[in-house]
Amino acid sequence: MTRWLMRRRVAAWLIFGGFAALPLIAALTGDPYLVVVATRILAFAMAALALDLILGYGGMVSFGHAAYLGIGAYAVAILSRAGITDLGAHLGAAVIAGAAFALVTGAISLRTRGIYFIMITLAFAQMAYFFFVSLSAYGGDDGVTLTTRSTVLGQDWLADDRVLYYAALAMLLGLYLLCVAITGSRFGRVLTGARENPLRMQAVGFTPFRFQLTAFVISGAMTAIAGVILANQASFVSPSYMNWHRSGELVVMVVLGGIGNLLGAIAGATLALLLEEWLALFTEHWRLIFGTLLILVVLFSRDGLTGLFKGRGK
Amino acid sequence: MSLLSVRGLRKSYGALKVTDDLDLEVTEGELHAIIGPNGAGKSTLIAQLSGQAGSDAGSVRFAGAEMMGRPMPARVRAGMSRSFQITSILPGFTVLQNVATAVQAHSGSSFRFFAPVARDADLNAQALEALSRVGLADRAQTRAGSLSHGEKRALELAIALATRPRLLLLDEPLAGTSGAEAERLVQVMAGLKGQVTLVLIEHDMDAVFALADRVSVLVYGRIIATGTPDQVRADPAVRAAYLGDA
Repeated sequence: MTRWLMRRRVAAWLIFGGFAALPLIAALTGDPYLVVVATRILAFAMAALALDLILGYGGMVSFGHAAYLGIGAYAVAILSRAGITDLGAHLGAAVIAGAAFALVTGAISLRTRGIYFIMITLAFAQMAYFFFVSLSAYGGDDGVTLTTRSTVLGQDWLADDRVLYYAALAMLLGLYLLCVAITGSRFGRVLTGARENPLRMQAVGFTPFRFQLTAFVISGAMTAIAGVILANQASFVSPSYMNWHRSGELVVMVVLGGIGNLLGAIAGATLALLLEEWLALFTEHWRLIFGTLLILVVLFSRDGLTGLFKGRGK
Repeated sequence: MSLLSVRGLRKSYGALKVTDDLDLEVTEGELHAIIGPNGAGKSTLIAQLSGQAGSDAGSVRFAGAEMMGRPMPARVRAGMSRSFQITSILPGFTVLQNVATAVQAHSGSSFRFFAPVARDADLNAQALEALSRVGLADRAQTRAGSLSHGEKRALELAIALATRPRLLLLDEPLAGTSGAEAERLVQVMAGLKGQVTLVLIEHDMDAVFALADRVSVLVYGRIIATGTPDQVRADPAVRAAYLGDA
């Protein structure tokens, strides 16, 4: 148990250290595109982390988490159009809107279990998707191009790709530490217990629903933050962020990295996007190779990437 | 004084009356055993009393408060705890975590997101105390899923005790245990007598007649007799319906 915690700490230092050093590497190799790709990776890592909180710890397989990416992204687009460009306002609006959507859809979805939960979260995300598709004021299907990135204290610091990158990294680190605290807390224990055996939890006096819904809301709000970063990185917002493929990719990232240990989600998002970039250099049929890799990972290491570092048995 | 007072309790599955106008009084401090042939509705009765299953009609008063319509978690918080016929634990948790989780449900809010629960000395101390009462303290750090069957039954008892119940509903705690394991569990239950009121459903007649202060006999969803073990054993109706020799 403690050895596992030690390893996790080492792995966390390696991952975040690597991310922190990346712009230097990009500067040395003269490849500024690397920072742009890495910012996208950080955004997806946040979303995968948020998904792992409910999927890995809560046993809730949300197949609609892309909706929150879109909600966060549209918070940026809509506020910017209204002349509000402050990052704090964007984040605040994204968190509130993400939490609200999660509260309403989660309260309904959590009345179901298993495959029905998967389907109902998917259905809600598709509703959000089609809502924004038909929102012609914001370009409908085509989306909107953002003229500026979010501002901080009225300054356009984030216009610099590296500043945006480090801002995203700081947010990912903050969210990671938040998730570490939550999963190790009283709340986290009830959440995990409800995944293990909900009847047992009721029989000691807990109402699992309240804890699951709270986790769902936290996860939705976190994913909306990722959407804010994604919108800034691309300077573009469209309903495609909320596409159900996207939700599937998030689940793939979590599974690839190993569910239920947070760092795995970050590693999974990183690997998935790097593979996408790298394999696409060789062939347009890169998904075929990616799919094969995913099958191999799931077959040979139930804990995904983390399984490689964990050793056998437990 | 009655701690638990059940009046006119009913439940049907279609045309089958599983619980049929059942009355039951459990006195504070006693060990009240409920026996009956297979299919008499014993487990259904526990499910109804604990709030896991709904009831069609009747009243369940516990410590003076009406429990009907209240869900299981609310009844547990009121002081009614239960064990399950089929072992129900958190298999991926350690033994200590299983019990500490139960303690947590009854001490302070669980909507605390930051302090590490593993280092909550108060929870762990209370959990260890409950484990000692069932003789599992030395297994505290074992993963619950890898315990032997008898140990799992003992763990479930510790979990129920950790909720600090006034009334403990035990649904066949000896089910599937070996002779030595059963003996140990009987000793644990004997040790609980007087400290907590117990309703015990059990097939092991030796255990029932050794432990019980009073015995109620359930046949086809009705209590046909209640009394001391000796009275029940001598009751002709009981002998005809259940104990086998007419």
